[in-house]
This record gives sequence, C-alpha cells and structure tokens, in this order.
Amino acid sequence: MKNNFKRFFSSGLGQLTIPIISICLLIIFNLIRDPSFFSISIAHNNDGNMVLAGNLISIINGASELAILAMGMTLVTAACGGQDISVGAAAAIAGSVFVKIIKMCMFDFNSDIKAGYIILAFLAACVVAMLFGAFNGTLVAVFKIQPMIATLILFTCGRSIAYWINGGATPTVSSPIITAIGGFIPGVPIPTPVIIVVVMAVLFKLLFHFTSLELFTQSVGINGNAARLNGINSTFIKLLSFIILGICVAVAGTIGVSRLGLINHETLLIDIEMDTILAVAIGGNSLGGGKFKIGGSILGAYVIQMLTITLYAMKVSSTDVKAYKAVVIILLVVIGSPVVKKYFGRMVSKAKANRSEKKAKGAVE
Amino acid sequence: MQENVLLQMRNIDKSFPGVHALNNVDFTLRKGEIHALMGENGAGKSTLIKVLTGVYQMEKGEIKVEGNKISIHSPQDAQNKGISTVYQEITLCPNLTVAENMFIGRDKKSFINSKARIKRANEILNKLGIPARGSQILGNCSLAIQQMVAIARAVDMNCKVLILDEPTSSLDDKEVNMLFSLMRDLKSRGVGIIFVTHFLEQVYEVSDRITVLRNGELVGEYLTEELPQVELVSKMIGKELEELSSLGESDEKQSAEGEVFYEAHGLSSSEALPFDFSIKKGEVNGFTGLLGSGRSESVRAIFGADKVGGGTVKIKGKKVSITKPVDAMRHGIGYLAEDRKRDGIIAELSVRENIILALQVMNGMFKPISRSEAEAFADEYIKVLNIKTASRETPVGSLSGGNQQKVILARWLLTHPDYLILDEPTRGIDVGTKLEIQKLVLKLAEEGVSVTFISSEIEEMLRTCSRLIVMRDRHIVGELKGKDLNQTQVMKTIAGGEA
Repeated sequence: MKNNFKRFFSSGLGQLTIPIISICLLIIFNLIRDPSFFSISIAHNNDGNMVLAGNLISIINGASELAILAMGMTLVTAACGGQDISVGAAAAIAGSVFVKIIKMCMFDFNSDIKAGYIILAFLAACVVAMLFGAFNGTLVAVFKIQPMIATLILFTCGRSIAYWINGGATPTVSSPIITAIGGFIPGVPIPTPVIIVVVMAVLFKLLFHFTSLELFTQSVGINGNAARLNGINSTFIKLLSFIILGICVAVAGTIGVSRLGLINHETLLIDIEMDTILAVAIGGNSLGGGKFKIGGSILGAYVIQMLTITLYAMKVSSTDVKAYKAVVIILLVVIGSPVVKKYFGRMVSKAKANRSEKKAKGAVE
Repeated sequence: MQENVLLQMRNIDKSFPGVHALNNVDFTLRKGEIHALMGENGAGKSTLIKVLTGVYQMEKGEIKVEGNKISIHSPQDAQNKGISTVYQEITLCPNLTVAENMFIGRDKKSFINSKARIKRANEILNKLGIPARGSQILGNCSLAIQQMVAIARAVDMNCKVLILDEPTSSLDDKEVNMLFSLMRDLKSRGVGIIFVTHFLEQVYEVSDRITVLRNGELVGEYLTEELPQVELVSKMIGKELEELSSLGESDEKQSAEGEVFYEAHGLSSSEALPFDFSIKKGEVNGFTGLLGSGRSESVRAIFGADKVGGGTVKIKGKKVSITKPVDAMRHGIGYLAEDRKRDGIIAELSVRENIILALQVMNGMFKPISRSEAEAFADEYIKVLNIKTASRETPVGSLSGGNQQKVILARWLLTHPDYLILDEPTRGIDVGTKLEIQKLVLKLAEEGVSVTFISSEIEEMLRTCSRLIVMRDRHIVGELKGKDLNQTQVMKTIAGGEA
C-alpha cells in the first residue's frame, strides 16, 4: 500500500500536476472571491427527496457526460494518436435510439415505461454507438485515415441520422426511472450521473486490471512497428478503442436524454467533442498518443466544468463565458507545454544543486 | 604545440539522475587532426559530444576554442562558434535539393536566387570532391552522399571542429573509403575532426589520436600508431586481454546433430525471394552478405514480419502456417529486429513493461502478468543480463543503446523461445556488450535453443556460428561450414567467383 502511494507520487504526479494545480487554483480563487461558493446544503427537490445541493455538486454533476466521454477519448487518443470529433453527434444518435426503443416498446405493449424497456433501450443504444464506433475505427485502423478526418464524416452527418430516427420529432419520455437516471434516485442524495461516472471509472480500472489492454494500447500508440513485431494486433487494438468509446458515447447520451426527459437531436451534448479533447489534454495526456492516464482526463473534465460554473457564478453572461474560458485554457495549455515544463524542471534541478552546494560549503566551514 | 590546439575541454562534469555521466573529463583536439573518441556505450562519449554541441549544459568545467573560453548554449550557438556535428541519422531534409539543404536556415540575404545557390553548392561540392550536384534531390542520393552533403554544409559554415557521430554505420566499404578521403582532405585544410565509431579497423585506418573514456571518466589520450588494437579494446572495457581472446578459443561451436527444428521450402514474402532454410535444435547459424543482399528480409520472412508470399514451413517436422509475428511466437520463435529504435523498443514505457511485452502478448490479453510478477521478471533479467538502468521503472528510451538491446533480448528470453533470430544484435553497441551477447548466444545453444545470428562483422559471426548462409543480390549463393568457415572463404563467397 505504501509502495502504491510512493509509485503514484513518483510516476503519476508528473502527468497529473497540471490538472491538480488547476483545480487547486480554481478552489483558491473561489475561496477568495466568495467562500460561500463551496457551501453544500441539503435540500428537497421537486420529488420531495433529500438531496445535496450547491455549486460543487453541480460542477461534479454537470461534468458527468464530459468525464465519461473523456475516458473513452483517452483510449482512442492513446492508441491512434488522434481524436474522435464525432462523439457529440454519435451521442445524439445513441440518445435518439434510446428514446425510439422506449417509444416502440410502449406502443407495442401498450403500457407505461417499464424498467425492462429502459434496459433494452440502453442496450440498443450501446450496440448502435458501438457500431458507429466500429465504423470510425475501421476507417482509422484498417484504412489508415487520420482520425480527425475519419470521424469528420460522422460529425457532419450524425445529427441528421439522429433526426431521421425519430422522424424529426423531439419526443419526450417521462418516467420516474428516467428522472432518477438524470437526477436523483429516491433516498440517495448524490446525483445519479455522478454515480455512473464512478461506475464507469471503476469499470475502466477493472478492464485494465484484468486485461493487458493498457500495455498493448500504449505500445501501439508509442511504436506501432515494434508492437506489431511483438505480435500485437494493432488494427484490433485501435478498433477496440473506438468501440469502447462507443459504449461511453451511449452512456453519455443516455444521461443527457434522461436529464431533460426528451431527445433533442440538435442540442444534445452539442459542442462536447472539443471539450472532451480538451479534458484529455488538460489531463496531461499526449494528443499524439502513447502513454495515458484515464484519471487525468477525468480531472480535466472537472477542471473545465469548474471553470464554467465559476464564470457563471461571477455573473458572466453565457455568450461571454466561452471567451473567458479560452483565456484560462490558453494559460493551462502553455503551462503544460514541454517548453515551460522543461524550464521548471531546470529551475528545480538548479535549486537542488544550489542547496547541495550550500550544504557542502557548510560542511567545509 | 600549444598554438596548434584548437579545442580544449577541461574538467567537464555532468550528471543525470542516478548517473554521473562525465566525471572530470579532459579532451583536447588539435588543428588538422582526426581524433577518435572511443568507449563502451554509457562511457560518456555521447554526453561529451552533447555538452560540446550545446545539447546539454555542463555542470563544471570549461571549453576553450583557439584559446578563448566560450560557453555554448544551444546547438545553433555551437554552429555559430564553429562546432558542427553530423549525426548518424541524417538530419537534413530529403525532399529538398542538395543546394537547398546546404544553405537552409543560414544567411538569408546571400542566396535568394536558386541558380546562384546551386552554382555555389556545386563549387563547394567540387572543391571537396563530393560526387553530387546542387540540383539533385537529396533523398535520391545514397546515404553516403547525404552524409557528405551534411559535412559540406558544415565546412561551408566555416566549422573549425567537425564532429562525426557514427558516420559509417550504414555505409558499405566503398562509401566508407569515400568518406575517409573527404575526412583526410578536410584534415589537410586544418579542420579538427572528432570521430566517434564502434569500428576499430576504421579508427586505425583514419585517425591520428585516440581518447578513451570509460564509465564517465577519462582513461587516456594516445597516438593511434602507438596503441595496438588489443590494448585499445582492453582500455575501453577495462578487462584483461586474456579474457577477451579466451572467448575465441573456448568456443565449442555446436555443430548440432540433433533433430531439425525449423524447415522452410520456397519461403517468400513481399520483401524476400523464395529460399530454402533449415535449422537444427541447438544450432547457431547465420545469414551473411552485404547490406541489401536480402539477409534481413529472409529472417523477417521466417518470423512472418512481412506479408508472406508462399512456401511451406515445418516445425519439428509438422507443417505449420506462419503469416504474422504472433504465429511465429506461438511456435516458439523470437525475433530481435535489426532497427532497435524503429522496430524494437517502446521508448516511453519502462524497462519492466518492455521486458514483459512479448510474454504478455503470448499469454493473451485476458491473462495479464501481475505487477509483482512483472517486477520479479524485470529484476531477474536486469540482473542476469547486467542491464544498467536506474530502476526497472526507467523509460527504456533513456538507456544507452547497448542496454536497450539487452532489454529487448530479455523480452525474448523471457518467452523461453526454442528458436531465436537475432538480426544485428550487436550493431552500434560497445565491445563489452558485444562479447556478452556472443557468449549468451553460445550459452543458449548449449541449452538447446536454435539461434540465427546476423551481423555485419564477419569475425563475430565466425566466432558464434557453425554454419553460414551467404546471400548476394537477394539470393542464397552459398553455405559454409567446418573448415570453410574462415574470413577469406566468406569474403570470396560474398564477392562471388574465385577471385
């Protein structure tokens, strides 16, 4: 256990420095600005449940879809050295399928929404999202198309496909279960999307524990030639990363739909792809592929959301938020750049050298 | 004597985390001298060169050029101060012309006109006797010419000190001779050349003086003519001479009579023409031939590294199909690729992860090797192969070349192969490690592992192999064993005819 701890700090912290520092800075900034920003209260929601409320909760809750997509994106980035820009559009498709299947079940069995329908609908959404993931993955892994170009196709047409699925309508699905997925489970004060993030993170952790996917993905991302000559099927690994991202897309889409109780193919998780990529980058992962840390990307997602909520709390209008966000992101990216890192590295080693010199002098005297 | 000194490095000190790379090292280069810098991998040669070219900043010491103390901040800075380097891997732009490459990134005003630029380039190339024209695309020239263009560029920038880092490792004999005459020409013009290489014969052919480093310390500076080759080797590796020569004598090469392990008939791939090949259990054989003769392509075909064309393959008499590397691995074949950087190491991953990689692949995705098991494997092989690394978690890319090679060897040994293919396992690594690898090959053979060994150094192959397959122009042209296994016979067969 102690060893694990040490290992985390010697190897992991390097990569997680930027997201952790950013979160700390945001916390300090908010503490100075308005300590009540962090107040967490227990309130009754519309359904009369006791739930946690406050800015922190809405940050963690609001970043759920982003965090889930960032997990999958990290894997794709690591294996392929590129990003999937179609996740928002694919989530709209998955969400549409989710709603469509529920509607079909209700119609066929002429009944209200039942838990079984929702599970079936979710599974269908997963399958569809995985198929689209496999489509992207095939273009990238088999046809060796640049990931951004390959996924540009689905990025462009995804929301049209979503539009066709429900015949252009934006049907609503209202059921206590759906409300619970997008909001709170009665008796549980923590927002369900947050619980889903934890579950997904644990699933990834288990995936890396019980398979050697992490080692293979990193090998393929760092040196595809060597990976192939060591018997790794890099085509399969790349394809698999897109399929796993597909599952993340389906989960994020389902959460998005459940929050509102309806599918709006035009606005569901709109523009989330760029935030997802940003979360991966802030998490200290190289966008060129190779070594990765899923945890970094999750933290990255929370940094982005915290920034957004902080700006809203400062009464910045929603149109201006993007501009302010950009400024902060420029800072984060520059601080995380190799040039600045190297500079700090040199400062640290210099300081250490000075210290040891002083010690040596002291010893002489 | 003193005024002849061009470059003086005094008491140079440089440390990296866990390694004292240079400890109080001196180095002196005189005008019009070719000075060989020798040492094993990890001796500090590269670090010294990188300090001199501004890639690293030294912690202590001073550098004087023509008596003036200077400090060097970056490679660009070094160039401006007359210190130029030509690296092993050409760092020019292959898609530009020779002339553009010679003037790129330099004085912007003087050569706006491409005609004038080509004319000027041709003048320089003529003067130096380099058979290239300014208008040629660099990528279409041979590697040797590309290297010479890089040198011409350096010379034209008024370099006083020219550093050649392993310039000959990818050249054939004729090209090496061309390079050497260029070096001698530059020498007569007063340029001081620092020559880093692993080829001992070349050092004796061309250099005037030798400086030897070992473990980051200066062993000494010698006049080439006064230092016999064997003594140089013993100074480099710090071992007694007897131990070195003993390997040559005690080798009871396994001319195994055992069963045939691997057999191929008419095997071909997208890169290799059909050939027949077989190896017995516990046999060490080798493919030899000039660069481009098809020796690497043939062993790659055995491992299924390139797209398989046709042919039948039998392992232990049973017909099998090997179409991709993982098939070969499942049948107990391991392959250490020729290009360590491109096809071998996963640079950013740790020594531990690199060592377990092949075994993990064979175990399959769903049987991960546990952390503690992996650590035990890594520790074991770091010890067995004497891998010099700060820890098992160090990224393998930060190790020296020889140690990277040992990590890849460890990776394959861990899979306990029946048949190991080693393509140039000793290229670009130091004498000591070379001997260790040769010993290891013989030891494996004793344990019943079949080994196919490829090396550019015929002597090394003669020492280890009991059978040599000679290739020329992508065909097998001969097979040598027993008393035919000697340098002259191999040379004759490679060259063809009875000459």
